[in-house]
Amino acid sequence: MSQGVEVVGLYVRDQEEALAFYVEKLGFRVHTDVKNGDYRWLTVQHPDQPSFQLGLFAPGPPVLDPATAQTVRAIVAKGAMPPLVLTVDDCRTAYERMRARGVEFTQEPVDRYGTVDAGFRDPSGNGWKMIQARR
Amino acid sequence: MERERRVGPRASRRSGELVRQDPDLLRRLLRAKDRMDAASQEAWPVRRLARVSGVSEAHFARSFKEAFGVPPHRYLLTRRIERAAAILRDTDLSITEIAFRTGWESLGTFGRTFRDVTGESPSAVRARARDAANAAHELSRVPVCVVRAAHRPDLRMAVSEKRRRAAIAINGPRRKGAR
Repeated sequence: MSQGVEVVGLYVRDQEEALAFYVEKLGFRVHTDVKNGDYRWLTVQHPDQPSFQLGLFAPGPPVLDPATAQTVRAIVAKGAMPPLVLTVDDCRTAYERMRARGVEFTQEPVDRYGTVDAGFRDPSGNGWKMIQARR
Repeated sequence: MERERRVGPRASRRSGELVRQDPDLLRRLLRAKDRMDAASQEAWPVRRLARVSGVSEAHFARSFKEAFGVPPHRYLLTRRIERAAAILRDTDLSITEIAFRTGWESLGTFGRTFRDVTGESPSAVRARARDAANAAHELSRVPVCVVRAAHRPDLRMAVSEKRRRAAIAINGPRRKGAR
């Protein structure tokens, strides 16, 4: 694939914490981790999806002024950012594995619309739906 | 694993300025909201919610309302009403059973609150949902070609004219000589 969406970013309250969450608890891999002064470009990748990177960005200077950054942090913490969807082969197995690792689930797996879905949040408050792929 | 500090709500409210709540507090208030979403049929006294959020009971209700725009109790009511309306539409359970399943202790409170929130009684909502379902079913007896003809959209002007009017509505009339 040479054209398409390559990076989509999330705002997180703490990049170290987010990195630990997405890598250790969700099984993502680090794609890029580059620092320049206070700025850190950090992206992770799902092992099955090499053409897509999920950016884990901290709101703050130099990109955002302190007041704007604080507003963004509040919006993320209130769960007001748009929904994210993770597709898995087996929702219940993934749920058990992730819960054992300490992932905060907002909804246990439910059979719906011919598939199974669950819900969880990252430490910052970003909300994910985890949906079992239809076979 | 829990790195969040157990802090109280932000200290001071400066006059004339939008109140800024501590994001760590907001994240913990969100946890209480998530818990109500996940189990709205359960009882959620302030004490229980405050414990989920790690704040004092005295601060919880005010902080929650400040964060999410509604008091926690009202938020819970609306979640329950939404659940009840969905079960009314999707199942044949009795209204008493639905009231019980969605967390109400009395049928009277359920009916009254349902009507206050939606403007309709539970049985009216169910009847309307049935009518809509029946209408969809009835339509299935009409020959498809007739339904298709009847559902043909009305078009009283040329498509190009319709587009031109829509463009004017968005951009305003094009001025002569404008580039």
